Amino acid sequence: MSATTVPVRQGIYHKAGSLRRERRWALITAYISLIVAAIIMLAPPVYMLLTSLKTSAEVADQSGSPWWVRDPTLENYSALLTNRMFIDFFLNSAKVTILVVAITMVISVLAAFALGRMRFWGSQMLATGVFLTYLVPDTLLFIPLYQIVGGLGLLDSAWGLVLVYPTLTVPFCTWIMIGYFASIPKELDEAALIDGANWMQMLWKIFIPVALPGIIAATIFAFTVSWAAFVYPTAFITTPSEMPMTIGVVSQLIRGDTFAWGQLMAGALLAALPPVVIYAFLMDYYIAGLTAGATKG
Amino acid sequence: MADGGVATLPRAVAPGGASLKRFARRRSTIAFLMTLPLIVVIGGLVAWPAGYAMYLSTLNRRMTSFIGLGNFEILLDSETFRMVIFQSMFFAITAVILKAGIGFWLAHMLHHIPAKGQRKWRGMLLVPWVIPPALSTLGWWWMFEPTYSSINWILNIFAVPSVPWLGEPWWARTSVIIVNVWYGAPFFMIMYLAALKSVPEQLYEAAQIDGATSWQRLRYVTLPMMANIISITVLFSLIVTFANYDIVRVLTNGGPRDLTHVFASYAFQVGILAGNIPRGAAVSLFMFPILAIIAFFVLRGVNRRNREEA
Repeated sequence: MSATTVPVRQGIYHKAGSLRRERRWALITAYISLIVAAIIMLAPPVYMLLTSLKTSAEVADQSGSPWWVRDPTLENYSALLTNRMFIDFFLNSAKVTILVVAITMVISVLAAFALGRMRFWGSQMLATGVFLTYLVPDTLLFIPLYQIVGGLGLLDSAWGLVLVYPTLTVPFCTWIMIGYFASIPKELDEAALIDGANWMQMLWKIFIPVALPGIIAATIFAFTVSWAAFVYPTAFITTPSEMPMTIGVVSQLIRGDTFAWGQLMAGALLAALPPVVIYAFLMDYYIAGLTAGATKG
Repeated sequence: MADGGVATLPRAVAPGGASLKRFARRRSTIAFLMTLPLIVVIGGLVAWPAGYAMYLSTLNRRMTSFIGLGNFEILLDSETFRMVIFQSMFFAITAVILKAGIGFWLAHMLHHIPAKGQRKWRGMLLVPWVIPPALSTLGWWWMFEPTYSSINWILNIFAVPSVPWLGEPWWARTSVIIVNVWYGAPFFMIMYLAALKSVPEQLYEAAQIDGATSWQRLRYVTLPMMANIISITVLFSLIVTFANYDIVRVLTNGGPRDLTHVFASYAFQVGILAGNIPRGAAVSLFMFPILAIIAFFVLRGVNRRNREEA
C-alpha cells in the first residue's frame, strides 16, 4: 500500500463530497420535521386563541373556515375579567400557589442543605425516601387525603389545598436542591467554618447565593406544579368561590348543553397565562429545573 | 463522605475528643431539626395516607366493618374494571412509546440544526408542556367536538371523512393518547436534547474517521451513551402516564360507556362521585404494585447514573 496515495486521496475527496450531501439532506430533514412538529405543537393553543376572539354567533356559523376569525372581538375576555367568580378563581390560585411555593422552598432548602452537607444517621436513606416520594403520584393519594382533609374540616376550602400541595412540590424540589448543593465545592464551607460561621450563616450567606440558579429553577417548578394541580382541587373543592383556576375553568365555565366556547377558551388561556409568562421570561431556568431531576440528582 | 467541617474542626475549636463529639452531636441535632419539616410532609402527607388507603380499602361501603379483600374481589369480578385495567395498560404503554419515539426524533433533529437557531425551536416545541394539561385538554376537546371539529374540517379538505373522535370507543382511546403524546413528547425532547449535548464530540469524530454511517453512529455511539437517561425518562413517564387523570377527566370523563377510564379517573368516579370511598381506595391501590416495580428500576438507574458521574 505504499504507492497508492493518489487513489486514497481521491477516496477522501469522494467521501467528503458525499458527506456534505449527506449533511445537507440531514439539515433539510431536520427543518421539515421541526416545522411539522411546531405546527402540531402550536395548533391547539393557536386555535384556542382564535376561538376566544370569536363571538358566539361566529363560533356557531359553519360556513367559513374555523381556523380564521372574521371579526375579532375581545368581549369574551372583558366578560371574564368583570366576572366576580372568575376573579375569585384567580385570587384563590394566586393565594394557594404563593403560599405553597413559600412553604416548599423553606422546607426543601433546609432539608436539602442538611441532607446534602451535614451527613447524619439515616440521611442517605432519607434522601432515597425523598426520591421515592416524588414517584408516588397524587392519584394514588387523593382518596385517603380526602378523608384526612375532611377529618380536619378543610374540605371545600383553599386552605386544604395549601396543606396537601406540598406533597406535589417538596420531594422534587428537595431532590434537585440536594443536587445543586452537592455541586458546591467543599472548600467554601471549610472557609466559612474557619471564619467561625455557624450552619445557618453558612446556608444563608454561601449556599443560597451560590445555588441561586437552582433555587430559581425549583421555585419555578413549585409554581407551575401548584398552579396546574388538578386532582386535589377537583376532589376537595365543590364551592365555586373556593376553586382555583384549573378546576374553576373546567367545571364552572361549562354549563348546560350550549357551551360558550369563546368564553371557555378565553378562560383557559387566561388561566394558563401565568406559567406561560414565567416560561417566556425564564426559559433557561425552567429547562434547567426540568432536566435537573435526571441529570443532577 | 469526609465532611469539611470535621476535618478543620481542631483548628476552629479547641482540640480534643470531647468537644469534637459534642460538635458532632450538635451538628446532627441541627441537621435533624432542619429535615424535620420534610419528614413531617413525607410521613404525614404521603406515607400515612398511603397506609391509610390500604386500611380504607378493607372496609365496607359505610366504613363500619372490615371486609378483608372483598373490595378487590368485587372489582376483579366486574367487567368494567377489567376494561379499566386493560385501558390503563394500553394507554400508558402506547403513549409512552410514542412520546419517547417522537421526543427522541425531535431532539435528534434539533441537535442537527445550527446552534443559534436551536433556542427558538426549543422554545416553540416546549409550549405544550408549559400549559397546565387540564386547560390545554379543553382546547383539544373543542377541536374534537363532533359538529364543529376543526380537525375534521382539515381532514375534509383532503377528502378524508370526518372522524367520530370522542364518540366511538377506539377513536376515543386514540384521542386520549394523542393529547397525552402532544403534552408529553416535548418533555422527552428536552431530556434527550440535554443528554445528546453531553455526548463528547470526539466520539462522533472517531466514529466518522472509522467510516461509520450516520445510522451506525446513532446505534453504536449515541444510544449506548444515552441508554441510562432513556430508561430513566421512559420509566418515569410510565409512572406519570399510568397515573394520569387530567386528560381523561376533561376529554372523555371515562366515556363512551366507561371504556376510556383509567385507574385514576375510575377511582375518582367510584370513590368521590359515587361516594364509595373504600372501593375507590381499592381501585387506586391497584396502581401500587406496578408503580413500585417501576420505581425500583428508576431508582436503580438513578443510582447507577450517580455512580458514573461521581
